[in-house]
Amino acid sequence: MELLQRFLKGEKPAIARVITKIENGTDPKLLEDIFPHTGKAYYIGITGPPGAGKSSLVNAIVPKLLENNKKVGIIAVDPTSPFSGGALLGDRIRMNDLALNENVFIRSMATRGSLGGLATKTKDVALVLDAADMDYILIETVGVGQVELDIAQVCDTTVVVLVPESGDAIQAMKAGILEVADILVVNKGDRTGADRLILEMKFAFELRVHNTGWHYPILKTTAIENIGIDELVSTIKSHREYLEKSGELEIGRKKKLVIRVNELIEERIKTHLHDYVIDQKQLKKMIDKAYDRKITPHYITDEIAKKIF
Amino acid sequence: MEKKIRILIGKPGLDGHDRGAKVIAAALRDAGFEVIYTGLHQLSESIVEAAIQEDVDIIGLSILSGAHMTIFPKIIDLLKQKNAEHIIVIGGGIIPEEDIKKLIQMGVKRIFTPGAPTNEIVDYINSIIH
Ligand SMILES: Nc1nc2c(ncn2[C@@H]2O[C@H](COP(=O)(O)OP(=O)(O)O)[C@@H](O)[C@H]2O)c(=O)[nH]1
Ligand SMILES: [Mg+2]
Repeated sequence: MELLQRFLKGEKPAIARVITKIENGTDPKLLEDIFPHTGKAYYIGITGPPGAGKSSLVNAIVPKLLENNKKVGIIAVDPTSPFSGGALLGDRIRMNDLALNENVFIRSMATRGSLGGLATKTKDVALVLDAADMDYILIETVGVGQVELDIAQVCDTTVVVLVPESGDAIQAMKAGILEVADILVVNKGDRTGADRLILEMKFAFELRVHNTGWHYPILKTTAIENIGIDELVSTIKSHREYLEKSGELEIGRKKKLVIRVNELIEERIKTHLHDYVIDQKQLKKMIDKAYDRKITPHYITDEIAKKIF
Repeated sequence: MEKKIRILIGKPGLDGHDRGAKVIAAALRDAGFEVIYTGLHQLSESIVEAAIQEDVDIIGLSILSGAHMTIFPKIIDLLKQKNAEHIIVIGGGIIPEEDIKKLIQMGVKRIFTPGAPTNEIVDYINSIIH
């Protein structure tokens, strides 16, 4: 049977293979085929610093999301080593309880070429899981800096996870992590300092309540002991309800489509520039001249731009 | 985007340390592979299911507990059952020569004994995956 047919029947090896093809960009038509089947899943992002307990939280909340025979797809993104191009993807270590569940599909992804923490292809892979009839899609990413914005561009609800370890509060504010959080979680509630961190964050986080009806809650969890998990899941669900009732879900998803199109255009222009417009040999010569301070980078840019405009 | 070689490193069985497996996993990452590490005490079923969902090219098993003659055949068998025989199985551990022969006959592609330099493993993987 053809791959697409097996995929639509929900066969896991076929889902896995479609993801690989999308990730490697070897079969552009595939996305066209699956796209009409997407749009039904609810996207949840889990981000935060390494070691905060994101994978452990995923392991704890997914059984709750699975209730009533729901299906959950998980994408765990970890950075590609810029030196070797390889990656060590270890999120499954903490997701053992889910490994054999029939209604769960877990895929680990490396960021590969993308600068941000969200692999450029993650959005498309999420679409694959959406088309594969998942009710929820969870995307775990390491959040350090700019990257958090990436995850919010895909997810309906973004959960930011912090831990009482030193410096997180300040770090989070600097990194703009709060800008993207719909729900803030202080995990490792069993450790000292959790309550203090919550107090510290409360002020900063609640400043976010601009003109929306959402109240930006801060929750305390202890993922490894399943504490606070029920509340986290019900808060995610009430955020969803809020988005649906207020109409923000539709607005947000349309915004995300605009962002996606812009991204793809930029990508395409960059590739076109690099492959067809910029003569690399000529560029190298000009760079040598710029190095000798004979011409400016701006002049080089003008020369290249002349070919386009 | 180029195709990346993906490898699952699994640590089935009951022995309690995974230093060796972690060292291999890190070396394979440094060689440019995408390595999925699933942690200690994995059931054969979980390893095979993970390998399928991750669409890996290779499963590498580290077995020190002496259970190699039960675990390897079980993995090979499960891969067959799940129509995933295209996934290559290799392994490492303290395994006697005559057992290695039997395992190769059963379908394990290659066994590395302890002390095999990691670059030997890397070269081998590069040579079997194109
Ligand atoms: N004490 C404590 N440790 C936790 C908790 N949640 C996770 N951990 C531990 O923190 C470490 C990192 O967890 P992991 O889920 O891999 O974090 P991630 O990198 O954010 O995905 C692991 O050793 C977990 O067992 C918690 O609530 N309390
Ligand atoms: Mg993780």
